[in-house]
Amino acid sequence: MPNESADDRARRITMRRGGPLLVEGPVEIELEDGTTVSSDRFRVALCTCRRSRRYPWCDTSHRRKG
Amino acid sequence: MNHHLRGPQLPPSRGPLSAAVTAYLSGTGPLPRPADAAGADPYGDDAQLALYLCYELHYRGFAGVGPRFEWDPELLRVRGALEDGFLAALRADTPGHDSLDDALGALLVEPVEGTGVTHFLRDEGELWHLREYAAQRSLYHLKEADPHAWVLPRLWGRAKAAMAAVEFDEFGGGRADRVHARLFADLMADLGLDTAYGRYLDAAPAPMLAVVNLMSLFGLHRDLRGALVGHFAEVEITSSPGSRRLAEAMRRTGAGPAAEFFYDEHVEADAVHEQVVRHDVIGGLLAEEPELAGDVAFGIDATEYLEDRLARWLLTRWRAGRSSLRTPLEAQMAHTS
Repeated sequence: MPNESADDRARRITMRRGGPLLVEGPVEIELEDGTTVSSDRFRVALCTCRRSRRYPWCDTSHRRKG
Repeated sequence: MNHHLRGPQLPPSRGPLSAAVTAYLSGTGPLPRPADAAGADPYGDDAQLALYLCYELHYRGFAGVGPRFEWDPELLRVRGALEDGFLAALRADTPGHDSLDDALGALLVEPVEGTGVTHFLRDEGELWHLREYAAQRSLYHLKEADPHAWVLPRLWGRAKAAMAAVEFDEFGGGRADRVHARLFADLMADLGLDTAYGRYLDAAPAPMLAVVNLMSLFGLHRDLRGALVGHFAEVEITSSPGSRRLAEAMRRTGAGPAAEFFYDEHVEADAVHEQVVRHDVIGGLLAEEPELAGDVAFGIDATEYLEDRLARWLLTRWRAGRSSLRTPLEAQMAHTS
């Protein structure tokens, strides 16, 4: 997001029980195998349940099945 | 004499109301009486097209129709009568949840064995189904997120900031080639469809018009800002899993890279948007105006109701091997995937 002060303040990460971590973008993420992925979205949702087929990005696979 | 030649052509009418509105916009006849509008089947082709014509004047209009018709008081009176009928039908027919939490909770459960349109397309969809689906969905996706932008002046604080951030993403994050409407045009090109705005209005059946008219109705009325937010939440919450199934359908049928990318992008984007809309747009709105919780739930439930009607329309025809459109698509143009 175009926000000139974005670099001056702490980056906010929001935790949701049973859901993804929300991180203010842009982000670059180093995966276990040493490769990196990046996103310039204003906010990204990081998978915490490890079920995402687009890991590390959330794809809502954490949802309850009914 | 008329220099307003840009925009799609006015479509053929579907009954006396849409014929009269078309004639009025063309300068060749009088409007229907508001009483006639009030008496029509609110979900039928005629009333839905008449309403669609009125709303489209707020987006891009029609070739040969002067832009000042947008605020023509007589036309607005007819539009109001059509809206009253549509809204009254929705309030009567929409199975309402007892609370907003119930309405949201129901959306957040993924069926183990889904039977919706996206499940059908993932499992059995052929290219001709995908082309029909994209042709009618183009009525919305070629103006994706536009009706929701109208809510911004009616929100403030946390809700406004969050809604604007999601809209910024929908509009490509400042990059014209990433605007979601543009990504959808690229998908249409992969499917050999005409990407011209409004091209498939005549082909789209009433249940599809109703889905788009609902967004315009909610977007254009400050009174319905809560319903618009609920509608938007429904779209964003259901989009991610549905988009994954559609991306799989595009891959399986070899529809093309842009067709796959549109839905892949929505899997990821809408997993974020869902969180932002639920927690910050709805949360922010209700922190300021808690009395709107019922309207938010109505927006969710009315959207589900109209999407279910559209799904029944599509699946009934496709399962019988028939077209879901009013007019057949042109043969597929060659593409290079």
